[in-house]
Order: sequence, then C-alpha cells, then structure tokens
Amino acid sequence: MSFSARLHANAIGWVLPVLVIAGWEAASRAGVMPANVLPAPSAVAEAFWRLTLSGELIRNIGVSTARALAGFAIGGAIGFALGLANGLSRLSRGLTDTTLQMIRNIPHLALIPLVILWFGIDEEAKLFLVALGVFFPIYVNTLLGIQSVDPHLVEMGRVYGMDRRALFFRVILPGALPAIFVGLRYALGIMWLTLIVAETISASSGLGYMAMQAREFLLIDVVVLSILIYALLGKLADSLARLLERLSLGWHPAFQN
Amino acid sequence: MPAASLTSVRSFVAAPAPARPAISVEGRRAFAFKGVEKRFGDKTVLDGIDLDVPAGQFVAVIGKSGCGKSTLLRLLAGLDRPTTGSLTLGAEEEGHSRTRFMFQEPRLLPWASVVKNVEVGLTGIAAGTDARRRALDILGEVGLADRADEWPSVLSGGQKQRVALARALVGHPQILALDEPLGALDALTRIEMQQLLERIWLAQKFTAVLVTHDVAEAVALADRVVVISGGRIALDLDVPVARPRRRGSAELARLEGTILDRLFG
Repeated sequence: MSFSARLHANAIGWVLPVLVIAGWEAASRAGVMPANVLPAPSAVAEAFWRLTLSGELIRNIGVSTARALAGFAIGGAIGFALGLANGLSRLSRGLTDTTLQMIRNIPHLALIPLVILWFGIDEEAKLFLVALGVFFPIYVNTLLGIQSVDPHLVEMGRVYGMDRRALFFRVILPGALPAIFVGLRYALGIMWLTLIVAETISASSGLGYMAMQAREFLLIDVVVLSILIYALLGKLADSLARLLERLSLGWHPAFQN
Repeated sequence: MPAASLTSVRSFVAAPAPARPAISVEGRRAFAFKGVEKRFGDKTVLDGIDLDVPAGQFVAVIGKSGCGKSTLLRLLAGLDRPTTGSLTLGAEEEGHSRTRFMFQEPRLLPWASVVKNVEVGLTGIAAGTDARRRALDILGEVGLADRADEWPSVLSGGQKQRVALARALVGHPQILALDEPLGALDALTRIEMQQLLERIWLAQKFTAVLVTHDVAEAVALADRVVVISGGRIALDLDVPVARPRRRGSAELARLEGTILDRLFG
C-alpha cells in the first residue's frame, strides 16, 4: 500500500468520531443537551486549554503514564519470563501452571480492598494492580505461542545442527511472536482499565484523581475531558503496538498487502 | 587425524555399555547397515537390514506405506538409533557436513527470507557474508537467485521445495537423505524437480538416498533400487541404464515391472 493510500485508510477511521463530536456540539448549542448533563465539546476544549495552561493536565497525564508504563514493565516482564519458562520446560510448567491458572480466575480488581490495606493509597498499590492485570494476558499468550510453534520446524532446526540458543532465537521465538503480540495488545487495554479504576478509588494525583476532584466541584467539563484523554491514550498505546507488530511480523501473510 | 575419528559409529545397542564393534575405515564407502533392527515397543519396524552403499551412489528405497523405509532414513540421518545392529559411516572430508535431510514438506522458516533459509544449511559451517555468498550460489543452481530476498510464503510449492533442496545442499553434504520430498508436487513440477536433482547430483557427486513410493521416479533417478517389505530387504536391484535416461523407455519399463512384481507378487 502506498503512503497516501494508507493515509486515506487511516483517515476514514476518524470520520465517525468527528461526526459524533459535530453532532454533539450542535445538540448542545440548540439546547437539546443540557450543559449539566454533558457539556458541549467547545466547553471541554476550553477546559483542556485551561488545565494545559495551569500545567495541571500535563502533570496528571505524566503521572498516570509513568504509573501505567512502570506497572506494565513489571507485570509484562514477569509474565513474559514465566511464559517462556513454562513453554520451554515441562518441569517449570508442571510446577507453576496450576497455581497461575487459579490466580488468573480471581478478577484482579477484586483485590483492591486488600491492596489498599497492604499499600495504602501510595504508588505501590497502583503498580501492583497494573502489574497483576497485565501479567496474565502476556503470560497466557507467550505460553500459547511457544506451545503452538510447528514441531516440524523445531525438528528441522535440530537436524540442521542448531544448538538450543539458535533454536530459540531463530525458530521458537519468531514462531511465538504473533501470539505474544496478541497478548501485548490485550495487556495494554487492561493496563489503562486497571489504572483508571485504581486512580478513581484511591489516588492523590493522576488522571483518575483529576476526574474525581472535578466531580467534587461539579466541573463536568473536566470529567468529560479526562474520559476523552483516556480514550486517546488507549488508542495511542494500541497504535504503537500495531506499529511494532507490522515492523516485526512483515513475513506474516496477514501483514503483506 | 587419528584413524578412529575418521569413522563414526552411530549406535550399537544391546547392552547399556557402549560396546564398539570393529570397524574398517573405507574411504569409498558412504555408509553400511549391518544387521540393523528397529523396534518401537512390541512392533518390529526393521528386521535385520544389511545394506552397503559406496560413496556417490544414488539409491532409491521403495516400499508400501509402513514398511519401514522412512525409519531407515531416520536412522541414517541420526534422528533415531537402531535397537540392535550397527550403522557405519565412511570417511569425513573437511568442510563438508555429514548427512543432510530433505523432508516431505519444505519446512522453511516463514519469518526468514529465502536466502536466510538456505543459510540454515550452513549452521556451524559458515556465517556472515561467506554464508550469504554460498547460499546465493546454490540458489542460482536451483534457479531461484532472483527470489533470494522474498518471504517463503510467496513461493509456489515446487519453488519452496527447491529452496529446501538448496538448504540441504549448501553445506556440501556427503549423504543426502530424501524422504519423499517430491510427493506433494504436481506431476510436471515433479519431473522438473527430478531433473534438477539428477543434474546437481551429477555435478556434486554426493551419495543420495531417496525414499519414494513412485517406482517410475526410482528407476529414472537411481543407480540402485532397494525394495523393503516387512522390515527386510526384499529386492536389491541395480539400474544399469546410461544417463541421461529417457523417461518411458522400454528398459526402464522392464525394471519397473520387475519391482512392481516384487511389491505385489
């Protein structure tokens, strides 16, 4: 696909959001939508400008993003490492998989009361919850990816004299990569979700905290603004994951067009 | 180099102690099976195979499904060990890989370009620009030099199998074991591949062991046809027909008849 064609394909995805916002603005101006239910997009834009000037918005986005990424790095790294270990070693899988599957079935947000008791409302609480949330999609899909590598290719690698290291980097890991990316994109979604909930319930900074503060003071434009920013951040994370996917899975027929 | 390292014995199993039988070093021998048996549980797949193959010979192994011909090939390639008996391999020349295996399916790495797939055949032999140059050379020989940087997924079945052939040959193996590699190709592509295989074999003079269930393919390509039935060698037939051979000639047809009679007689 040429660059301009790709630009068009991307642009078409934004037609609907733009139309919705235009309709929403029109409805607010016509008085169909009362401002204390949903403020007009222009009012939200004003709030955006106001909070940007005061520096409050940038600071809170920064705080939330740092939490999200730190939690993601911790949970993702552990999930990836355990997924690899359990995919490659029968002993490791036998030892840990049952336990992990049991823990997986507890909704991680159900741990919030316990987490608050453990960590209070400090950073650790948010990091813990995000890390726990992203751990499982990464773990499950890494394990699945390794287990679904074509055994014929592994046998071929052995016959052609690859040692364990070469076999891993040239056959097993590339074969598992499509599944790992599925896990990555799931995990990014869960990362934001967990963070929103955690920040809404207990925080003294961040986007969720900003939204809760605004609710206290009936600043509904700021509430809507934070929700929109969550949507944009989520979309940004997903686009980054897709870009990585396209760069590293160029061989895959699904990415050749 | 000491004489003992010139020869390797894959296995001589009966007792846990690795007893090594007396081996004579013969430079002109590719490999020899002596009284080889292979059992999987209660099932005896190979039952006393004796087969001595001189270096450079093209041997075709024929048999019905489940007769043990693929097991024979796996023993030769070291993918399996004989239950009893021994397998002797001939002298190893420097810079050559011992035995290469060509599978029924191409088994190319989908995430590696065509040339990188061929370089897999040089694992432990060459790396870097040297490996790439050798891989490109052999790709030229199988007629795919212009496809070197493409993904395997865009190639046709016959082209993929040609890449697999290039990967098997790039390390200049002394023995090439072929497990029905042309079975899944259409009839015309198949004949093309047979001609390619024969041409490269004539040029490189490796020992070829082709497992097939196509009798016409066997007599068209091989110097010698071995028929396996019930885990034993039922027929060991020379094919004294000059090359290039003409497919469908009376001579080949007569040999084909002899083999089919033995298979179904």
